[in-house]
Amino acid sequence: MEPDKCTGCLQCEIACSFEHEGVFNPARSRIRVFEFQHGRLAVPYTCTQCEAAWCQKVCPTGAIVLDDQLGAKLVRTEACVGCKACAIACPYGTIEYNPLSGKVDKCDLCGGDPQCVTACPTGAIAYMETSLSGTTVNTTAEA
Amino acid sequence: MSWQRQILRVNLTDSTIRAEPLNMQWASDYIGERGLGTKYLWENMDPKAEPLGPDNVLIFATGPLTGTSASTSGRYAVLTKSPLTGAIACSNSGGKFGAELKYAGYDLLLVEGRAEEPVYLRIEDGDVSLHPAKKIWGKTVWETEEWIRQEHNNPMLKVATIGIAGERGVRYAAVVNDLHRAAGRSGVGAVMGSKNLKAVAARGTCGVSVDDPKRFMEVTSRMKDMLAGDRGTRGLTKYGTNAMMDTMQEFGGLPTRNFKEVQFEGYDKVDARAMLAIGADGHRNLVTNTACFGCTIACGRISHIHKDHFTIVNRKEYWHASGGLEYETAYAFGPVVGIDDIDACTFAGYLMNEHGIDPISFGVTLAAAMELFEMGVISTEETDGIELKFGNAQALTVMAEKTGKQEGFGEVLGLGSRRMCEKYGYPELSMTVKGQEFAGYDSRALQGMGLGYATGNRGACHLKHDTFEVDMEDQTGSGKAEPCKASQDWQAVVDSSGLCMFTMGAWGPEEFAEQLDADSEGDWTVDRMTESGERIWNLERMFNMAAGLTSADDTLPQRLLKDPAPSGTAKGRVNELDLMLPEYYRLRGWTDDGQPTTETLKRLGLG
Repeated sequence: MEPDKCTGCLQCEIACSFEHEGVFNPARSRIRVFEFQHGRLAVPYTCTQCEAAWCQKVCPTGAIVLDDQLGAKLVRTEACVGCKACAIACPYGTIEYNPLSGKVDKCDLCGGDPQCVTACPTGAIAYMETSLSGTTVNTTAEA
Repeated sequence: MSWQRQILRVNLTDSTIRAEPLNMQWASDYIGERGLGTKYLWENMDPKAEPLGPDNVLIFATGPLTGTSASTSGRYAVLTKSPLTGAIACSNSGGKFGAELKYAGYDLLLVEGRAEEPVYLRIEDGDVSLHPAKKIWGKTVWETEEWIRQEHNNPMLKVATIGIAGERGVRYAAVVNDLHRAAGRSGVGAVMGSKNLKAVAARGTCGVSVDDPKRFMEVTSRMKDMLAGDRGTRGLTKYGTNAMMDTMQEFGGLPTRNFKEVQFEGYDKVDARAMLAIGADGHRNLVTNTACFGCTIACGRISHIHKDHFTIVNRKEYWHASGGLEYETAYAFGPVVGIDDIDACTFAGYLMNEHGIDPISFGVTLAAAMELFEMGVISTEETDGIELKFGNAQALTVMAEKTGKQEGFGEVLGLGSRRMCEKYGYPELSMTVKGQEFAGYDSRALQGMGLGYATGNRGACHLKHDTFEVDMEDQTGSGKAEPCKASQDWQAVVDSSGLCMFTMGAWGPEEFAEQLDADSEGDWTVDRMTESGERIWNLERMFNMAAGLTSADDTLPQRLLKDPAPSGTAKGRVNELDLMLPEYYRLRGWTDDGQPTTETLKRLGLG
């Protein structure tokens, strides 16, 4: 995520909601853009897929699982009971309770082809593999 | 499917709130936003109603593409009868509010009546209520947004509000949403104020679907690539709309000192390059660019003022960045008032947003006041001691604030150019059509622009037609009526779609049709859309005729018809309106005195 490049257009939120909900509905997006200081700053952020994922650790039903291939933490909706413990545990506030489904939503990296990255017109969001220390090791996709 | 199929009707007189089905026939005939809003206005009010009385109706309308993945899908329009012109008002805005209103489940919000005490409207999906606004009456646009979000503990609320100018009936008060996007023109904010409606706050979680999602995603993504690949559009991203300043200066179409001149010697101190220039101390006016909802162009400017500048040196509350100069604001605070101080212009822009005022009307009204002052008609006794001379940057910023707060001479400026010039007995100095002030294009250099101004349904306006290319190719009045009419009709289509007109450099009619067709039910072709555009234009005209306007209102000030351009490529020319207007009426299928004929109305389904 490069906030300096973000214009606050919300195309990422629009694309995310379409991918996951089939409609254009930023309120159900798994990625969020926050604007500060009269639009001087627009900051996109979403789940960072933490190595030590607190959401996963606190989940009482084991509903959050690791996708080995992607490194993504996924919500098994059939196991989620909507207790919101993960939403409270997440230090970044990137898990949201969906009152319609009674379960939580989080970024699943769109199976390896994140639609927010495709939709971003300025390259403020890129999808790349990183080492444990966070440095880029191999760019697999970049807008 | 792109519609929510529901509108919200709020009657402020008896505090009733009602959701109604969207009239799908009207949506089909009038596309959406501007067109649909015009139809709802026509069906819900008497065009003779007093603009600032309870019988006027105020509409917030979204388009079929608002809230979708199409680029620039954040537009909405505010429609009402204008207190500035007495004609129909239709002011278009971006930001995030329009999409939010639609996500809340409403295609259109219709406000009627007048509340006894100040109120604001809160819309959170199906949960809609009116709240007392006593605590925010008298507050600025910026304070109001913050206050409402805190009051409801919801930072996601998008707010469209008026400032003090709207409360106090400034004839060109704006409705401002998202701090610095505005339904700016024709005084729609004054109508909101007259209804005792301070603000509308919306939050929506309903989502928007389209008719053919798969095709829609393919089409809109291709259209975004087109925008990204278009050189002119990329210029908007880098320079903003103020790139136009240099073009108009070179051409000699840059209205200067209340249209006495058409070129401004200080243009390069307030143009787009000046905004990008880095000073000796490292200060640069432009901080970054910003986008409205869904917009992949991002022409919006975020600027800051030099902290040592006289306007803010002792006012830390303005040391933050905020909405910066666009071409029209740069023109209205620069050339037309003879000022070349970019910080003063930027500050005046802040004040317009903060207090909810249309910068074009304010700047051009101030220009007329400066001319009257220099003629000795207005004295410092009236202006609270301010030397209202062309070029006086302090006069600009002090008067912008006084107008915003309705103090002192600001009350006179709040009348608008026409009423103010009439008050002093010099109506010919008012640079207006139907009482609305001109944008930054001189009709002597741009003939078709003059015809567009004269026939504009909301008075002088540069956004309702586009004859730039033909105007720059040939500077006579011949051959301008046809492109003026055609572009008026097509502009009505774009304004009704929910998309922004700044895509029109890259997208032709086919591109709009393809997106609307994938978005909405039924077959949408260029022909059908063009006919809808003509229908919309004629219905606006019918509203104006019913309101009491006549062909005598389709004119330009004598200065543009009689005083030749003193310099530039059009040196020696006046506007040839008398040549263009009869041809325009004929092409429109109107009578010699500008009335749509029965056949024309019948052809468009209006008779």
